[in-house]
Amino acid sequence: MNAPVKSFAAVSVAVLPPVARLNLRIAPADLDTASATFGLPLPGKIGQGQAKGDRAAWCLGPDEWLLHAPEVEQAAIVADFAAVRALTPHSLTVISDREFTIAITGPSAQELLSVACPLDLLRMAPGTAKRTLFDSAQVVLIRDSDDAFRIEVWRSFFPHVSELLDIALREFACGL
Amino acid sequence: MLLIHCPYCVDTLPELEFAYAGEAHIARPANPMSQSDEEWRDFLFIRSNPRGLHAERWRHIHGCGRFFNALRDTVSDKFSVTYKAGRPRPDLEKAVQVPK
Repeated sequence: MNAPVKSFAAVSVAVLPPVARLNLRIAPADLDTASATFGLPLPGKIGQGQAKGDRAAWCLGPDEWLLHAPEVEQAAIVADFAAVRALTPHSLTVISDREFTIAITGPSAQELLSVACPLDLLRMAPGTAKRTLFDSAQVVLIRDSDDAFRIEVWRSFFPHVSELLDIALREFACGL
Repeated sequence: MLLIHCPYCVDTLPELEFAYAGEAHIARPANPMSQSDEEWRDFLFIRSNPRGLHAERWRHIHGCGRFFNALRDTVSDKFSVTYKAGRPRPDLEKAVQVPK
């Protein structure tokens, strides 16, 4: 009874495998150095994202960026940034283990998110990311395409967010 | 729900992402030792509490994290304008209505 529904035709929810996540704080004037170090042009406007190969970056604040890369490259990225620290002051924090990423995909993905996300998702363009709330939990919401979202949620908030999504999925599956 | 325009994100976002942070444009005296007890009390605790337009600090805490200032009508709750921290209070005659 009440077996958990993780996916049906309209929308599916899945926890993605681990990825290297880094939080970069740097003066916008030094963005070129950071871009060269990370290997892709970091976006300059809040919300915008940029991806190249398997690395990606999103601008979350006036001087804050979220970086994604394969797990095996994490140590190399940290070392690369450490090498430029003397001339380009910045803060690079590894937050890989702080968060889980939940993928929400399917034609009803946007509707499912609207269960607990207060943003006007219609105005959110594919390729952008925003720090926002999911119910009362702070998350980073990434929109990969019209039908594909990712939620980065702190692991302590994960049970709450996951439970809400499960309930919403069951309701959607019942046609409520 | 109120929609608030963040001058750093340049986007109008739900009130839930923001936190109120008291009256704006209250400068800490450069030399607190020069203040009398009454002046110091006024700096710490006495606020204008107007009925009508109020300049106040807000923080986009669940977004870009920045503090900014806003002019809000305390009667209607309507935000007239928001502006970056450090900028002077806008001239009300020139204050632009924030688009929805």
